[in-house]
Amino acid sequence: MTGYVSRRLGQSLLVLAIMSFVIYSLIGLMPGDPIDMMISADPYMTAEDAAYLRTLYGLDLPVYERYWNWLMAAFGGDFGYSRLYNQPVELILLPALGNSVKLLVTALTISVCVAVPLGVIAAYRQRSILDYSVNLFAFAGISIPQFWLGLMLMMAFAVILGWLPAGGIATDGAPLGEQLRYLILPAATLTMTSIGSHARYVRSAMIEVLRQDYIRTARAKGASVSRVIWRHGLRNALIPFVTILALDFGFLFSGALIVETIYAWPGMGRLIFDAIMGNDYNLALLSLMLATALVLTGNLLADLTYAWLDPRIKLGETP
Amino acid sequence: MSSNSPTRLAMKRLKRHKLAMVSLGLLLVLAAIALLADPITALLGVDPNGVNLANRTAPPSKAHWLGTDELGRDVLARLIYGGQVSMFVGLTAALVAATIGTVIGLCAGYFGGRLDALLMRTTDSVLALPALPVLIVLAALDLSKVGLPDSIAQSEYVSFFRIVAIVALLGWTTVARLVRGATLSLKERDFVYAAIGAGGSHLGIMFRHILPNLISSIIVAVTLSVGAVILLESTLSFLGLGIQPPMASWGAMLTNAQETIWEAPLLAVYPGLLILLTVISFNFLGDGLQDALDPRATT
Repeated sequence: MTGYVSRRLGQSLLVLAIMSFVIYSLIGLMPGDPIDMMISADPYMTAEDAAYLRTLYGLDLPVYERYWNWLMAAFGGDFGYSRLYNQPVELILLPALGNSVKLLVTALTISVCVAVPLGVIAAYRQRSILDYSVNLFAFAGISIPQFWLGLMLMMAFAVILGWLPAGGIATDGAPLGEQLRYLILPAATLTMTSIGSHARYVRSAMIEVLRQDYIRTARAKGASVSRVIWRHGLRNALIPFVTILALDFGFLFSGALIVETIYAWPGMGRLIFDAIMGNDYNLALLSLMLATALVLTGNLLADLTYAWLDPRIKLGETP
Repeated sequence: MSSNSPTRLAMKRLKRHKLAMVSLGLLLVLAAIALLADPITALLGVDPNGVNLANRTAPPSKAHWLGTDELGRDVLARLIYGGQVSMFVGLTAALVAATIGTVIGLCAGYFGGRLDALLMRTTDSVLALPALPVLIVLAALDLSKVGLPDSIAQSEYVSFFRIVAIVALLGWTTVARLVRGATLSLKERDFVYAAIGAGGSHLGIMFRHILPNLISSIIVAVTLSVGAVILLESTLSFLGLGIQPPMASWGAMLTNAQETIWEAPLLAVYPGLLILLTVISFNFLGDGLQDALDPRATT
């Protein structure tokens, strides 16, 4: 197990290293460069000045040398300044990350708490109305454009009914109820698009488990139906479900970007969008790398929990 | 063709899947409207790009069946042309992605060893990327820095091909994994050994003997991914990074509708409803095809 963990960890770090170079190169291909920004702000700057500044800041170096310089500075704790916010980028990223976590954890918790019982009942009562509704809801969830669902919810509850704020976030230190009011619509948008597919995952995992011999054995030994389903069945069905949840993290993150942009929720997704649109190279770079690291961590956790939850899986041994 | 050929059986099973059949019908109607966009709008006497500032966000009328948008353009005409764009982008990008994925998956599964390891680690890396943020970066790239000549980088249709290219660039992974897995088991089958024994070349065996056995799973994967691609295209267009005006697209129509949500809330309803209908139809159809083409099904 330890060997497996260290090997998977090594693999993930390698992928992260490669991806950080890819992202660095991509950001370098975005329109303009920091010197262009300076020129547009200062009409007295000549082309020679610009060329001199490019040499001074090392912007004329080949991309791998620039990447190496950036990496060394980053290891020293210097991630650069944000052009949009005039602050070191890590100071902007951390609160945004906190806001995103708040939104994602709320949405994920509600979704899982609703989806697990729904999926179990749908698996037990196949071809019932509930089963068909879960299926339909899952298809609707993956087919509806999240930005449009967000827009419709905003129109209904903020514009027409006026019950909830149309966007933004409560000021620091506001009472909990006020903070929750801002959280409802963004979290609902994310939850509604994921509940259906989560329930469907639970359903198919449950159907697989209920076919097993030990379920029949448990019933034969006199355990009640509900005990067999909830204790024997669910515990085993949760293993593949947890894996899928962790693998789904990238999808959830993409959803957060859309929802945060529509509802002006100051999280990571919106920050990435604003940074890319506003040519804020340092901020875009670090936030994209953080997002990649998060998705990789999700995948790694998926593999590790799978190994940990199911003792039958012997890892690191080639069959 | 005998009465029980696999294709016939699959068609029979698909016909029993009511949702899939309804979806297929709806998609055919939408495709027909998109293909006949020019004659239809000419018949209605409307122009998708005809700006009329004196007649902004007008309610539905005889001249403009669904009213006009924030620049006084006919909403119905723009919806029709937007559908043309969405359908075309969805189908093209899904096909390009499937082609890339098939070639990569076939090579990885057939040759195995180092090549397999390299290709599959690349697939893992692409999957590890946070999809939407990376798509946004790719959509914001300066094409002249990549080395494209200005005549292409500045042309009117570049936003169109750019979106097909970037979606295909990230979207091939599902098909690659699927094809690799199937190839791994197929290449041990007797008919493949027979083909090798008969002196078949690697390319011939891969594309003439293995690929035909995979077509049905690839068809299902492509159908399901068309919906996902249309969603991505509309999301990027909504964020202002996809299809560029004046070309109409459902996503971009929603961006504008968001600004006029107080005066004309209905403008925000139509494009979204059409995206939902199109995407869910492709997903139902893919689901139906999956059941119908499953070789384990007996009836």
